[in-house]
Amino acid sequence: MRPFEYARAGEASEAVSLGGRFIAGGTNLLDLMKLQVETPDKLVDITRLPMRDIEATDDGGLRIGALVTNSDLAADKRVRDDYPVLSRALLAGASGQLRNKATTGGNLLQRTRCGYFYETSQPCNKREPGSGCGAIGGFNRIHAILGTSDKCIATHPSDMAVAMQALEASVETLKADGSTRTIPLIEFHRLPGDTPEIETVLEKGELITAVRLPKSLGGTQIYRKVRDRASYAFALVSVAAIVKMKGGEIEWARLAFGGLAHKPWRDTAVEDVLKGQAPSRALFDRAADALLAEAKGHGENDFKIPLARRTLVSVLAEATQGA
Amino acid sequence: MNKHVMDKAIGETRLDRNTQGIIGKGVDRYEGPLKVSGRATYAYENLAGEDVAYGFVVPAPIGRGAIKSVDTSKAESAPGVLAVISGDKILRASSQPMAPAAQTIDGEVFHYNQPLAIVIAESFEAARHASHLVTADYEPKQGRYDVKARETVRKPDAMPMEPVNERGDFEKAFAEAEVQFDETYTTPSYHAAAMEPHASVAKWDGDRLTVWSSCQLLETNVKQIAAGVGLDVSKVRLHSPYIGGGFGSKLGIGPDAVFASLGAMTVGKPVKIALTRQNVFQQTSRRGETVQRVRFGATKEGKITCFAHETDTTNSPGNGFFEPSGISSVFLYPGKDRRIAHTIVETDALMTSAVRAPGEATGMLATESALDELADRLGIDPIDLRRMNEPKVNPQDDTPFSSRMLLECIEEGAGRFGWGDRPQKPGTRREGEWLIGMGMSSASRKNSLMKSSAEIEMSPDGRATVRTSMTDIGTGTYTILQQIAAEMLGLPLDQVDVELGDTALPASSGSGGSWGANSAGSSVFVAAEAMIAELAKRLDVDAETLTLKDGHAIAGNRQIPFSEILKGEAITVLGQIEPGKTDEETHQASYGAHFAEVAVNVVTGETRVRRLLTVGAAGRILNHKTATSQCYGGQIWGIGYALEEELVIDTRNGLMVNHDLAEYHVPVHADVPKLDVVLLEERDTHASPLAGKGIGELAIAGVGAAINNAIYNATGVRVRDYPVTMDKLLSQLPDDYLTAA
Ligand SMILES: Cc1cc2nc3c(=O)[nH]c(=O)nc-3n(C[C@H](O)[C@H](O)[C@H](O)COP(=O)(O)OP(=O)(O)OC[C@H]3O[C@@H](n4cnc5c(N)ncnc54)[C@H](O)[C@@H]3O)c2cc1C
Ligand code: SF4
Repeated sequence: MRPFEYARAGEASEAVSLGGRFIAGGTNLLDLMKLQVETPDKLVDITRLPMRDIEATDDGGLRIGALVTNSDLAADKRVRDDYPVLSRALLAGASGQLRNKATTGGNLLQRTRCGYFYETSQPCNKREPGSGCGAIGGFNRIHAILGTSDKCIATHPSDMAVAMQALEASVETLKADGSTRTIPLIEFHRLPGDTPEIETVLEKGELITAVRLPKSLGGTQIYRKVRDRASYAFALVSVAAIVKMKGGEIEWARLAFGGLAHKPWRDTAVEDVLKGQAPSRALFDRAADALLAEAKGHGENDFKIPLARRTLVSVLAEATQGA
Repeated sequence: MNKHVMDKAIGETRLDRNTQGIIGKGVDRYEGPLKVSGRATYAYENLAGEDVAYGFVVPAPIGRGAIKSVDTSKAESAPGVLAVISGDKILRASSQPMAPAAQTIDGEVFHYNQPLAIVIAESFEAARHASHLVTADYEPKQGRYDVKARETVRKPDAMPMEPVNERGDFEKAFAEAEVQFDETYTTPSYHAAAMEPHASVAKWDGDRLTVWSSCQLLETNVKQIAAGVGLDVSKVRLHSPYIGGGFGSKLGIGPDAVFASLGAMTVGKPVKIALTRQNVFQQTSRRGETVQRVRFGATKEGKITCFAHETDTTNSPGNGFFEPSGISSVFLYPGKDRRIAHTIVETDALMTSAVRAPGEATGMLATESALDELADRLGIDPIDLRRMNEPKVNPQDDTPFSSRMLLECIEEGAGRFGWGDRPQKPGTRREGEWLIGMGMSSASRKNSLMKSSAEIEMSPDGRATVRTSMTDIGTGTYTILQQIAAEMLGLPLDQVDVELGDTALPASSGSGGSWGANSAGSSVFVAAEAMIAELAKRLDVDAETLTLKDGHAIAGNRQIPFSEILKGEAITVLGQIEPGKTDEETHQASYGAHFAEVAVNVVTGETRVRRLLTVGAAGRILNHKTATSQCYGGQIWGIGYALEEELVIDTRNGLMVNHDLAEYHVPVHADVPKLDVVLLEERDTHASPLAGKGIGELAIAGVGAAINNAIYNATGVRVRDYPVTMDKLLSQLPDDYLTAA
C-alpha cells in the first residue's frame, strides 16, 4: 500500500472540492490499495456526508442516498414491497458483514474480480493500459461472453446494479465545479472497447450522491443468481427479471444480466421478443437466442453460454407461471 | 521416567473402569472460554505493547528464473524502514514436515511469487509499502506448470509412505480378468486454508532466541528454525500454545518463523511477521495435483481379483514428498495381484506437502468413485459390492487387522440413512427443478502411534498439571489430555491443568496425521501410571489395588485425600509412549462410512448437499463432543473437495490465480446441511494404551466420493475431474429442464 493523504469531508460540496479519491465502505478500494492495484495519492472520506436516507420522490419512486448500505437498502420496507428484485439481488451479494459496510455508490463502482487485474506483475489493460490482457488465453472462468473486446474480457461483479438496471434506475451526481447531473444507469457503465481502464462515464472527481428508482411498475420480480457455492460467491450468471402479464400474454418484460459483461447487461431486443407474446418454451428459447446471438466464449467460460440460456429460460418460465 | 513400548495388546485399564466418569464424556473445551473471549494469545499477538518491528515478505513476480541482482536501495531509504534482507538465507517456502530445514532460494526463483527479500520496518504499513520498492533483475526461464504434460517425472522419497507397493503380477491378472475396470480421475491442487495466517514473533536475548509461531510439530519445527538461522537448537525456544488451524500447512515451519528471527537479529529488536493471505497461499505449501488411474479386475459376480491404483502427483525441484493417494488402497481393497504406485511430476510451482488427510483425501475421491462405477456396471448395489470384497487380512502382506469395523459402519449407516430408498436408476428422482440422488463411500485412515512424552506434577494441594510440548490445533487436545489425567488420577476435571505448546516442556509427537490424541494421550496415560505408583508407594500399597476418585485414594477401607498423602511435597513424574511390535504384527486403521443425499439443479447444474451421515469406528472415543466436531470438520471439507476447492495455477506462467479466500472456494455455511455423525463403540487394544485410534482425518476420507456418487445417482452424469462444478454437468443434463407449472 502506498502512503496517501487523508481528508474527511463534511459536505458534498467540500468532498468534491478536496480533490481526491472518494472512499465509502472501503470494502473494495482498500483491498485494491493493499495490493497496489489502486494507488490514490489522496483519499476523501465521504462517510460523514448526509447521504444515508431513502426518500420517496414526487413521481412515486425512491431516491437512495449514495451512502445507504447494502444491508439497509435490502431491508427497507418500500424496497421489499415495491422493488423486491433489488432486495433479493442485494441479499444474494457478498456476506452480511460486507453488506453492512458496502454502500450504494461504492457498489456501482466496484471493480472487476479478474485474477490478472489483481496481480500487479501480470499484464492487464485495465490496470495498466497497453500492457495486454492476462485473462485472454488464461484462466477466464468468471469472465464475460458479451460485449467484450480484444483488450479486456472482464465482468462487472455487482448484483445490486443488475437489479437496478432492470428497474431503469438513474444515478445523480455532483461534479467538482458544483454542477449536478442525472445519468440513466444504462449509460453509466461502459463496455471495454480500447479503453477498459475507463469503466463509467463519470468525470474525475464526480461524486455519486444518489440513485433514483422510478415508480414501481409492479409485475413479477425475480433475481436468480447462479454461482459456484450457495453463498459468498460472485455470480457466474445472474438474471433480474420483471415481467408483467396481461390476459395470458406477456405485456412487457424487463431483463438485466450479471456475470456476462463489463456492465450490468440489458438488451431491449430480448425484451421485444417477449412483448405481447403468449409464454412458451419456444418463445423463451427465442429470447435466449436474441440475448446470446453475439456471445463469445474464451475457453474456461464457454459454459456460460448454455448456462445463461438455461437460466433465462427457467426464470421466464417462473415469471410467467400461472398466467 | 515411566516408559511404555507398545509391544503387546493392552489389557483392562483404569479408563475402562471409568471410576471418575470423565473419559469419553463430551465435556467442553478446556481453553474454550479463553478463545471465545479473545484472551488466548495466537502467535502474532505476543509481545503486545513492546517495542517491536514488523516484517513483510517481498514476492518475486516471475514463475521461474535466476535472480541476477536485487536492488534494495529504494526500499531501504523509504520512511520507517529499518532493514532489507535478501540473499542466501531467504527461504523458498515452508519446510517439509520432517525435513531438517526449509529450502533456501539459492539465487533462483522456483515458483511464482516466491520470497525474494524481507523488509523490516517500524510499522506493518511502512514494511508493506517498501516491499513494493524492492526490485530485482531476473533471467527468466520457461517453467513446467502442468501435471498432465509430464515434462519431468521422477521417483518420490519413501515419505509419507513407500511409493510403490506391489504383490503378484497385476498386469497379467488384469489381462485375464472377466471384467476390466479402467478409469482415470483427477484432483486439482488444494490449499490448506487455515483461518490463522502463518505468523511469527521472534525475540533475541544475547545468543538465545525465542519464537512464537503457529506450528503443529514443535520438536521438528524448532530444529528447522535453528537451521534457518544458523544456530544450535539448544539456543532456541519455540512457543505455540494456540493455533488457528493448520490442516497440514503448519507441520513444517512457515518461512515467517525464520524471517522474523533473521529480522530481529538484524534490527536488534523483536520482529513480528504475519504473512498476508496472498502470501500464505503463495509462500507456504499446497497439495499437489493428482492424476490417478484406477483399475479393478473382477468376476461378473463382483469379486475383485486384482487392483491397481497409480498416481501422478506434483512437487517442485528438490522435494521428494508426494501426495500418497494410494495410502488406503494398500489395505482397503482386496486382490491377490496388486499394484499401488506413485510418481512425481516435477513442476515449477509452490512446493507441495501435507494438506488435510494427505492421501486418503485425494485417493478415495478416485477409488470410492471407481467402486461405485464398478457396482453400477455390474448391476450390483455398491454396498453389496463392498460386502463381497471385504478382506479378512491386510491384502498387501497378510498381517491381521487389529480391528476393522468397516462393514459394521456401512450397515449401521445404511439403516440410519434409509439406503433402501435410493433411486435404483440414476436420474429418475426429481423434485421440481432438483434431481435427487444418494451415494455412499467407505472411509479409512491408517493409524499411527508416535513417540511422545508428558509430565504430570501433583502439587501439595492435590491438583495436577499436565505438561508436554504437544500442540492443540483446534482439535481438542487440551481437553482430552485433561480428561485422561483426571480419569486416571481420579480428579474432578477442574483439578487438572494443561500446559502445551512450548519446547521447554517434555518432547511430544505434535499434531499431525491424526496421531496426536493417541500419542500425546498415551504419554499422559503412562505418566499417570507413574503418579499412581508414587501415591501407592507413599501409602505402602500395591498400585493395582488402589482406587482413585474425587481427589482421594481408596485402599481397602481407607480413603485419604491426595493432599494428605503428599504431605506438603509436590510429585512430578514423566511418562513416555513408544510404538512397538503391535505396529508390525497388526495392521491398524480407523474405518467408517459416509452417506450423502444431494440435489442437483436440472437447469444450472448447481449441487446442494441435502444430508450427510458419517459412521465411524476409531477405537475408544476420548471425548464425544470434540471427536464429533472433528468429524463435522471432515464432512465439511469433503463437501469442498467434491464441489468447490481448486487452486488454479496458470499453466502458461505458474501464477496462482485464485490466491485469496474470495476466489479460492471452501464451503460456507449455506453449503452445509445438517450433519450427522455416529461413532461406534470399539476398543483397539493393539493401537495404544488408550485403545484408541486417530479420528480427525477419517471423516474426510471418502466424503467427496460419496457426494460425487450421489450426483451420479441424481443425474446419471459421472464426473471424474474434481471438483464437480456445474460446467462439468451442464452439457449432459436433460434439455427438458422446465418444470411443468
Ligand atoms: C469477498 C467479497 C465478496 C463480494 N461478493 C459480492 C457479491 O457477491 N456481489 C456483489 O454485488 N458484490 C460483492 N462484493 C463487492 C461489494 O459489494 C463491494 O465491495 C461494495 O459494494 C463496495 O462498496 P463500498 O462502499 O465499500 O465501496 P468502496 O470500496 O469505498 O469504493 C469503491 C469505489 O467506489 C468509489 N466510490 C464510493 N462511493 C462513491 C461515491 N459516492 N461517489 C463516487 N465514487 C464513489 C470509490 O472511490 C472506489 O473507487 C464482494 C466483496 C468482497 C470483498
Ligand atoms: S480481462 Fe480485463 S481486467 Fe482482466 S486481465 Fe484482461 S484487461 Fe485486465
